[in-house]
Amino acid sequence: MALKGGKMQNVAWVTSLVLMGAVAAVFLWVAAGASRRGSDAGAMAKSAMRWRDRLFWLVIAAGAALSIGTLWEWPIAGHAAAAAKPDVVIRAVGHQWRWEIDRDTVRAGELVEFQLTASDVNHGLAIYQNKTRMVAQAQAMPGYVNKLQVRFSEPGEYELLCLEYCGLAHHGMRAVIKVRPGGAS
Amino acid sequence: MSAAFRSPDTAGAKLAFQLYVAIGIAVFLLMMLAGAAFRAVQAAWVPLPPQFGYELMTLHGAGMVGVSGLAGAAVMWYFLRRYVRLSTGMFLAMLGLSLVGVVMILAAIGIGRFAGAWTFLYPLPAKSMGVWGAHAAAAFVGGLVFIGVGFLLFYLDCALALLRRYGSFWKSLGLDQLFGPGPVDTTLPPTVVASTMVIIINVIGILAGAVVLVMSLVGIYVPAISFDALLMKNLIFFFGHVFINATIYMAVIGVYEIVPRYTGRPWTVSRPFLASWAAVTLVVMAVYPHHLLMDYVMPSWMIVAGQVLSYLSGIPILLVTAYGALVNIHRSGLEWDLPLRLLIFSLFGWAAGVLPAIVDGMVRVNLVMHNTQWVPGHFHFYLMLGLVPMLLGAMLYVSTRGPWRESALDRAAFWTFGVAGVAFCFVFLAGGWQGVPRRFAVHDAAWLGLAQLGTVAGALVLAAALVLGIRLLARLPRVSLSA
Repeated sequence: MALKGGKMQNVAWVTSLVLMGAVAAVFLWVAAGASRRGSDAGAMAKSAMRWRDRLFWLVIAAGAALSIGTLWEWPIAGHAAAAAKPDVVIRAVGHQWRWEIDRDTVRAGELVEFQLTASDVNHGLAIYQNKTRMVAQAQAMPGYVNKLQVRFSEPGEYELLCLEYCGLAHHGMRAVIKVRPGGAS
Repeated sequence: MSAAFRSPDTAGAKLAFQLYVAIGIAVFLLMMLAGAAFRAVQAAWVPLPPQFGYELMTLHGAGMVGVSGLAGAAVMWYFLRRYVRLSTGMFLAMLGLSLVGVVMILAAIGIGRFAGAWTFLYPLPAKSMGVWGAHAAAAFVGGLVFIGVGFLLFYLDCALALLRRYGSFWKSLGLDQLFGPGPVDTTLPPTVVASTMVIIINVIGILAGAVVLVMSLVGIYVPAISFDALLMKNLIFFFGHVFINATIYMAVIGVYEIVPRYTGRPWTVSRPFLASWAAVTLVVMAVYPHHLLMDYVMPSWMIVAGQVLSYLSGIPILLVTAYGALVNIHRSGLEWDLPLRLLIFSLFGWAAGVLPAIVDGMVRVNLVMHNTQWVPGHFHFYLMLGLVPMLLGAMLYVSTRGPWRESALDRAAFWTFGVAGVAFCFVFLAGGWQGVPRRFAVHDAAWLGLAQLGTVAGALVLAAALVLGIRLLARLPRVSLSA
């Protein structure tokens, strides 16, 4: 995945706000008029159910389009059927409460594959470009290797946090990846 | 015919229900306090060590899940006993076993310093780096076993009662009518359909939970025996997801039963209603892999199922239950009072809350939202603003059918709960949008502002809940089993 962190978060945030706002508006509109009595409850209910049927098929069609659009190309790059060959592999092992990584410097533009596992309990490795922008994440689990592919497009220092609760010093389990300027090696 | 199946309204049954409500209110308020205190720790406003923060987090999670289950079961028992003969003894056995479990969990946390989160994710309970011992972990896990056994007894009683009257779950879920040629028999109560669904999913869920809890106990005391971490995670999330979902599917029975009394329009079963409950029975059990989207080694078909079913699971909530309630109240000439306000608001909380959950259920979003505060944002929306007002509304309704007048304080508490609650949840969602991790006792400076806003909103929610809770407790002696 290209490193333009924050874009997907914005899509999720705005989409949720719009949809939740629409639900709130419908509830407020119906609740505001509920204490008045309508003339023909039966006809109103029939009309509402006809609208519901249409809405149902619209939601199904939207869901089908969304599912195909977001899953056709496998969204987990490191585990795609035709996963790209990484330029750099970083083996990361989660321990209570530190990350053991065999390399901490890469170049911008390189396709970096984090091969994640854990020695003790479940951990979650999340890459942050700054404190308020997560780039990507994957779980690190004893006995398994999850492959997280990231292409860092901007140089800088990226913080690795643990995002699966792992005990007393979970919040302090951190490391840093340095991304130097330059193309793929 | 139906009167023969109805449970008798005895003094013992009334007392049992009152016990559930009183204990439920007390535990809800205490767990809210624990949650607000944890938020204050995150906001760096309370100088407590991180370990205490994680103990509060564990207590809040376990306590809330447990009391939600008990209070939801109380609403289900209250209404289901109108259609089938239920045992008060079994109902009380669930409470007794749960209280034993609660004592064990409190001892695990308070004495043993257990802080492994309510999800007890294997093998964390057994591997604390010396922070808590094996007995503390075992007390926590054992406490959950006791609670699970209590629920199984309750569901067994409900299941037998349904089978005695309807002959099979196929019929009590209305599947014979859904797939049959004739018109739908509208005398089948929605309460019976919903109860059947909950019994099916939660018995299976709790049995899976029992398996993983016993395996966890083995892991705690015999470290030489280890289990597959991915298998354990699947079992834990299957159990946890089903159990917490069942709470709201039990509580919604109150909406089906009570809202029509205000509107004078019956809420009867129909083919879409039966189809939606049949679908929900399967989807609630099959959708749990959406908790494991970041476990890349999961089979890809399970990841796809997690995303697709997560989307589909919103349809029955939005287009059947919430939409059905809105059609029922639309221009009905109803008179608003506190119980009805709470019930309708709860449907908003549930319906609106599933939307960010569905968004997070997409793999591409989950890559940057999983285990951020987006997650407590959406589940607090449909639990704190959905489940809690649903339970409160139902319990207040059955306690206020005698002479009772809604006061200005009631209205103020309702609006404070609603507005502050929405703000509280949106602060969590904004935290997720900004990448703030969940389950951090210590927040970096960049995240403190949101934690502080959340603490203020949480304190207001707690104050409003306290008023509503006290109002309910004051009316509890006048509760009626036939309200």
